[in-house]
Amino acid sequence: MNAIKFAARAFIRQLKSGEVLVLIAAISLAVGALTAVGFLTDRISISIERQANELLAADLRIRSAEAIPEDWIKTASDMDLDSALTQTFPTVVYAQDNTALATIKAVSTQYPLRGNVRISEKQYGDEYIANSIPDINSVWVDGALLSRLQVKVGDSISIGNADFKIGAVLRYRPDQAIGFASLAPSILMNISAIVSTDLINEGSRVNYSLLVAGEEPSIEKYTKDLEGMLTDSARISDRTDSNERTNQAINRAQQFLSMTAIISILLSAIAIAMSARRFMRRRMDSVALMKSLGAKKQFVVYVMTLQLTMIGLVGVFLGCLMGFVVENSISSMLASLFAGDLPEPSLRPLKIGFLAAFILLPGFALPSLMQLSATSPLRVLRKDSLPIPPSQFIVAVTAISAIGLLLYYLIGDAYLLSIILIGAIVISGALYLVGRLLIVLLSQLRGNLGVSWRYGLANIARRGRESAIQIVAFGLGLTVLLLLSFIRNDLLIGWQETLNENTPNYFLINIQPKERAGVTNIFDEFDIAKPDFVPLVRARMSLINNEDVKSRSYPEERGQWMANREANLTWSNTINASNKIVEGEWWPENYSGTPLVSVEESAAIDMGVTIGDTLTFFVAGENVQATIANIRQVDWNSFQPNFFMVFSSNALESSPMTFITSLRLNNDQSDVFNKLLVSYPTISVVDLEPIVQQIQQIIDKVSLAIQIVFIFTMAAGVTVLFSAVHSTIDERRFESALLRALGMKKSMVLLSLLSEFSAIGLAAGLLAAIGSSILAWQITDRLFDLQYAFNLFLWLQGLFGGWVLVCFSGYLATRVAIKSSPIGVLRNN
Amino acid sequence: MSNIAPNKKNVLVIENVSKVVTSPEGPLTILSNINFIVTQGESVAIVGASGAGKSTLLGLMAGLDIASSGHIFLNDQDLTEMDEDQRAEVRAKNVGFVFQSFHLIPSLNALENVMLPLELNNKKSAKRYAQNILNQLGLKARVQHYPHQLSGGEKQRVAIARAFAAEPTILFADEPTGNLDTRTGENIMNTMFELNRNKQTTLILVTHDAKLASKCNREIVLDAGSLIKDSNT
Repeated sequence: MNAIKFAARAFIRQLKSGEVLVLIAAISLAVGALTAVGFLTDRISISIERQANELLAADLRIRSAEAIPEDWIKTASDMDLDSALTQTFPTVVYAQDNTALATIKAVSTQYPLRGNVRISEKQYGDEYIANSIPDINSVWVDGALLSRLQVKVGDSISIGNADFKIGAVLRYRPDQAIGFASLAPSILMNISAIVSTDLINEGSRVNYSLLVAGEEPSIEKYTKDLEGMLTDSARISDRTDSNERTNQAINRAQQFLSMTAIISILLSAIAIAMSARRFMRRRMDSVALMKSLGAKKQFVVYVMTLQLTMIGLVGVFLGCLMGFVVENSISSMLASLFAGDLPEPSLRPLKIGFLAAFILLPGFALPSLMQLSATSPLRVLRKDSLPIPPSQFIVAVTAISAIGLLLYYLIGDAYLLSIILIGAIVISGALYLVGRLLIVLLSQLRGNLGVSWRYGLANIARRGRESAIQIVAFGLGLTVLLLLSFIRNDLLIGWQETLNENTPNYFLINIQPKERAGVTNIFDEFDIAKPDFVPLVRARMSLINNEDVKSRSYPEERGQWMANREANLTWSNTINASNKIVEGEWWPENYSGTPLVSVEESAAIDMGVTIGDTLTFFVAGENVQATIANIRQVDWNSFQPNFFMVFSSNALESSPMTFITSLRLNNDQSDVFNKLLVSYPTISVVDLEPIVQQIQQIIDKVSLAIQIVFIFTMAAGVTVLFSAVHSTIDERRFESALLRALGMKKSMVLLSLLSEFSAIGLAAGLLAAIGSSILAWQITDRLFDLQYAFNLFLWLQGLFGGWVLVCFSGYLATRVAIKSSPIGVLRNN
Repeated sequence: MSNIAPNKKNVLVIENVSKVVTSPEGPLTILSNINFIVTQGESVAIVGASGAGKSTLLGLMAGLDIASSGHIFLNDQDLTEMDEDQRAEVRAKNVGFVFQSFHLIPSLNALENVMLPLELNNKKSAKRYAQNILNQLGLKARVQHYPHQLSGGEKQRVAIARAFAAEPTILFADEPTGNLDTRTGENIMNTMFELNRNKQTTLILVTHDAKLASKCNREIVLDAGSLIKDSNT
């Protein structure tokens, strides 16, 4: 009835007078920050996944020992998915009088579906992105193979029964990640030219792959549909299988981004609560008047709820718009960094924005609404007649329920949610107490400072609770920002360390035992330090605790895959420096008892094995059984040869083996390969540099993205401060007029406000510096296994950042007050 | 010009002062061509009905607002020629205020409120000085109390202490007893008049209260923005 009209009229009036603008601004900033974070997170996650997919050259790869059936390709094209075919096989190639083992990678024209192939005109020349695949008369050849065959671009090479022109040096292909199976230097050729080679006959060892890429939902559907059609020899890989190192980076990125969204929600909720409270307080007079004229409590509640809904709708609309615009401009800035267009985001963030506003608004405004509806009509006569404030318990319960509900929607995991909520309550509570303590300490100072500082500090003390909340909100935002810049530096420094002058950039694989001495001699000749030769034994696991690996059940699909694949094993009586025992103990150097094995942590978890279990491997016709003695963590970033299974020496030392080693070579030392590969043609060289670069690029982008996203967290912090300061703007306006009536100059009024914000900013900065140092210490110690180093710059950044941010946003929020005319003091009580 | 008392310095000179504001219905004259002079030590009551322009005139005299035309000299300085900060400086050096709603700064305690004008004047030993005047007004036990911990009468006494602390040449009081009961109001006014006499401060009082106005040695009556009576003439 009239309530709707009444509420709409009041809302329009409030809009015109600007009264509801701060609440609308708080909601739209909250929604804006959330949707922008959501949109950006969506796009960045998709982009990061695509980058990771580069390691497959597709979103999905189906590998098979048999030719790919037509209906798999047709199903993909029916779902609007792009596809490409590849065939990989080893063969001996000829050039003039030289021969060498090579891996042929024959590809169809769409290859690669993700990432780029890079080539160059000559062996160490400038590389560039190839826009097509080789034509049917030419091939692109790996530099190491060119050395081995002593040929160059333009020369001819024989593959099977056909001759091809060497069109370019193959420098990089996205799916060249390290795998021990096919490591002879590769040749990229057109799949249509395969027939002319006559190399593929029945029984040939060819690896057929179907690469697929496209929209996420179609990929998921395709994977599901295909699982029913797969033959025994076929296996689907997606990015989760592609590389341990990139998975680590992506998982961390996703954790950080989720944390950002949660912190933004918490901060926005505080902003909404503060401005909703002010909105309600300012409604008290009109509610008292409505009641004195005969309005019932129910009518008042109805009208106020309608008004809040209208405010929420306007806030959501503006917020979504803002989120969309902000995200779009950031994305266009980022596009160049993300090598090409960022993928389109989904519409889920809009839904989240809407839900956030309509869960947070009632959750945080409800107690004030209850208080407002209890306003006594007596207030028309006595201004000091205030309704009883709602109990702190009710305020806390409604607020936590609202936050919980929203986070549950976002996270969908009750256990994780309870950990986050309890963590947030404990941390915020602790920060709040520290904030209050800082305020008490600051107030002690005010007797010794000038009039501006005294007034500023007195203001902080007077609004103790609000000031502490502001310190906490800003401190929290700054903490994550500082922590991130710290971790990012740490990660990058960690990476740079892996690239220092002693870090390997090449792997040599397939070194026969008798070749070791010769290889060492060649190294000596080129003045290269003697590398460690790590033994490598190929084997298949047959039993786990005497149970067949094929029939056993596994906690994770990856575990089943690991147990059933052909594995690379090694043996050693000393632990590699890049490994760390997390459970059990390493065996003594002179160990000669029952064979033992050390298993990598994630492999143990996924296969469901632990210390004391026995693993049986089928090695060159014999079964070797070993007991798990310990579980290891492996630093996959170390670029040392690392293994999921390391045996005690006595278990494998008599098995047939080859050796693997890693070494660091500078560009001017590459002649060593010519000699090495000519002398030992079966040795394979793997260049790690492109992989290192690829991973470093991912880490760079991830950390940049996270930093940008964290800026939104800061924006939410600014909104909190703005709402908090704005909720006191009437008092400030009047006090500023009073101070000026008493003779204070405008500049001094400004100075006193700045001193108040400086104190809050410095306190928040101090809190952030302490908080981020503690967290950084914990994280470097536990997560990254790095040595924590005290960072003075971090502290200075915290203090300075807090000071500048709070002063700036405080000034923005109060500049109206500074300008208020002193005559107001006679007109306002 | 008239009303210049012999041997007394002119503290406030109001010369052809008018105040016109714009309203939706066109220009609205709040004060029209006001002229009078106040000398040192005088106590002047400005009276008139609501809307007569009393508060506007008080604002103009204290330099809180600017006149549309005419000149206002406070201690020989023309307020109408000054910018806001210059007027603030004149107020800090020459003017004290007592308001109907006391207007103490809620975040500062009684002592700090009284110290404020002293510090704005860069007065050394502001604390000691403020303490003394609060003691004189019987507020020794209340110096560390915040405004919300004081009664109405105590608040107004702190306000008076703040007004007199910087020893202003002129004190403006806007309905100083309006929020107090009769008895407290009388006590407060007695204190104010006593300080006025002792310190030779000029007092300009805006009030509705005829009894209070009669205690001043001069009464100026405003009606619809015009000066209709000045008891000195």
